[in-house]
Amino acid sequence: MTSPHRDRAGRPLVAVTGLGIVTSLGEGKDDNWAALTAGRSGVKRLSRFPVAGLKTTIAATVDFIKAEPFCAPALSQEMAMRAGAEAIGQAGIGAPGDFPGPLFIAVPPVEMEWPHRRALAEAGANGEDVTYATLLAGARTGKFRAWYELFLFGTVAENIARRFGTKGSPISLSTACSSGATSIQLGVEAIRRGETQAALCMGTDGSVHPESLIRFSLLSALSTQNDPPEGASKPFSKNRDGFVMGEGAAAVVLEDYDHALARGAKVLGFVLGCGEKGDSFHRTRSSPDGAPAIAAIEGAIRDAGLSPDDIDYVNAHGTSTPENDKMEALGLASVLGERMKSVPISSNKSMVGHTLTAAGAVEAVASLMTIATGRIPPTINYNVPDPAIELDVVPNVARDANVRYVLSNSFGFGGQNTCLVFSGEPG
Amino acid sequence: MDREIWITGVGMVSSAGVGVAAHLEALKSGAAPRVDNDSFTPYRVHPVVAVPFEQQIPKKADQRQMEAWQKLGVFAAGMALDAAGLKGDAERLGRLEMIVAAGGGERDYAVDGQILTQAPLSEHPAEMLNERLMSDIRPTMFLAQLSNLLAGNISIVHGVTGGSRTFMGEEQAGVDALRIAEARIRAGQADAFLVGGSYNAERPDVLLIYAMADYLWTHGYAPVMEREARGGGFILGSGSAFLVVEAADVARARGATPLARLDAVASDMPARKPGSVAASLDGMWERIAADFNPSRGVVFSGATGAAGVTAEEQAVLARRAGDATVHVTGDLLGHLVEPQFPAGVALAAAALSEGLYDDAVVTGVGHRRGEGSARLSRVG
Repeated sequence: MTSPHRDRAGRPLVAVTGLGIVTSLGEGKDDNWAALTAGRSGVKRLSRFPVAGLKTTIAATVDFIKAEPFCAPALSQEMAMRAGAEAIGQAGIGAPGDFPGPLFIAVPPVEMEWPHRRALAEAGANGEDVTYATLLAGARTGKFRAWYELFLFGTVAENIARRFGTKGSPISLSTACSSGATSIQLGVEAIRRGETQAALCMGTDGSVHPESLIRFSLLSALSTQNDPPEGASKPFSKNRDGFVMGEGAAAVVLEDYDHALARGAKVLGFVLGCGEKGDSFHRTRSSPDGAPAIAAIEGAIRDAGLSPDDIDYVNAHGTSTPENDKMEALGLASVLGERMKSVPISSNKSMVGHTLTAAGAVEAVASLMTIATGRIPPTINYNVPDPAIELDVVPNVARDANVRYVLSNSFGFGGQNTCLVFSGEPG
Repeated sequence: MDREIWITGVGMVSSAGVGVAAHLEALKSGAAPRVDNDSFTPYRVHPVVAVPFEQQIPKKADQRQMEAWQKLGVFAAGMALDAAGLKGDAERLGRLEMIVAAGGGERDYAVDGQILTQAPLSEHPAEMLNERLMSDIRPTMFLAQLSNLLAGNISIVHGVTGGSRTFMGEEQAGVDALRIAEARIRAGQADAFLVGGSYNAERPDVLLIYAMADYLWTHGYAPVMEREARGGGFILGSGSAFLVVEAADVARARGATPLARLDAVASDMPARKPGSVAASLDGMWERIAADFNPSRGVVFSGATGAAGVTAEEQAVLARRAGDATVHVTGDLLGHLVEPQFPAGVALAAAALSEGLYDDAVVTGVGHRRGEGSARLSRVG
């Protein structure tokens, strides 16, 4: 028996043995990787609901999976099921319906949607103006029992846990736009403390409906350059004007390296480090000095036992909002220094939009595939460089490169900053 | 690493009062809880008392940015930080980790009602919806709806900026928030956490979810454990509970005094079927409380009153708790959903610190899914 593998801090090494992904570009790693490295956009004109009166009329929706009638938890759950099945299938771990570890899943906060409110109002109608008393009367008819389950916050996680037979109490989490990265961080921590030898970490988000779009629109967060749709998401460009909502799901099977070796699993890569730092500056804006984002980036690199000089490629948060991209560039420059001008960085969101709750997981899959294939997906729509952002954004065309260490950034409303470091080799 | 863990501060607010001391007093008095029978008839809620928000949220601008569930949570979190002696300690707050159990939501009820009134009369209801939402929703409303924005507001108001994670999933979110904090401290992955949750029950949109499946108690007020014969059900309550949970070595080094020791937290979510809750709770009791001392012990049950599962919990407690005092937190607070379990732990910690007991078990049984238990003991 050889001695156990440990990272530089003496902790179990966290290997990745399975990946699964669904985005507007398609289902599965093969289709997504082909599209991402071809620079193809999944952003299109919205067809799910009428767009009359809206400033933004595009999104990177997942329309090839039917959750009819549409409702966010139903689509989110179905995408997560497919991404999870792909990841577990690749890992070849456990037995069907018997995954040997816990589930950490980032899910969009659920809420009743307008078609459901309308049905309740109709069922409770008494000829007077509709109030919530009307809806409550509708609820009392007993016709809507199934919707109760649909709109509990814990339902998607339990259904995923049952399907894959994960162990213990599944955790549903939200750290806004860094949620997907947080799910991976929770899995890494559980393996490092020896609580489990495997974890299923996921993020999913299928919540493009009128009100969700309008909320972001009212905060002026979305691009309004609707024509052509595929040109709207322009991370790091001078003419960037907001993000494009996207849908998707991704799953990562994490495993104690020794556990993976012992069962002869193919190791796809490693999660070497996680960094996290809260920001107390503002509900939607980050500290002007970038200190919390910087602390999260530094924390992830330090946790990986690396120095900033080791980072070969950055998978950017890169939302295409004026503020995020400027702040992200600033944060990276202050950690990686002058060298950052020549470190390739690209944003998958230029193609799949901002998959919100799922983004950190989607981008983790892309980061690990970048390492595995030696090919960096581009930042598309980069036609007007921003002189204030001196970065090599891998403009418009994929690039071959030997990538050993990837930094993946995720930042979110509410002062959330989570960064991960991936590698192909164990440290 | 296997560190001792202390609870060094708690903050609570609910229909029973402001502060954990007021809650212990209410518990001792045995008085019936405050119930609002009229605002949402036929449903009842336990309404939160008047809260001096300015004591913990001094800036009016901050208060305006939050809806009730967030204000209650930020208030209780501030009380917990005060009690732990961490308030204003920028350096420690900058490293303090946070796990918040939260739902979300909050609606503009008037706008919703107007849209729903207009929809059947409109020739193009979808277009009308777009137009009304674009013109009538307050842009900042979204920030009162997002689940992780309670944590975000705690960061802003109190300066807690270590890690920040929000768990969702009704009652079990509160159990797992404490379980993950406990596991990370125990293993040396972190030193200190602010853990808790918050709930506003005085909202028709939350009543709506449970009304669809007939979970709400609509008969005359009855204690939680006495509802089974009439079909069971819960009365939602408004309130919040937060705990400061620390590695004992770290707390000792900064001169903090413990309210109680947190010995263990367990959670599980076996598929629900008759007997599954009893088996799950019994298994957890065996794992973390096999040596529970009933003669100096207390149990805080988070039972909801939902039919079947509450009876199963009652049977386990009857068998396991012996002569120990059993308090049902729902009889004091109503059902707070996400913060129900943290509230039970806060009450247990306070009761232990008063020297009333040496040993405590806290249970949490989700009305639909998930079970949890915590074991606490008196320090010194």
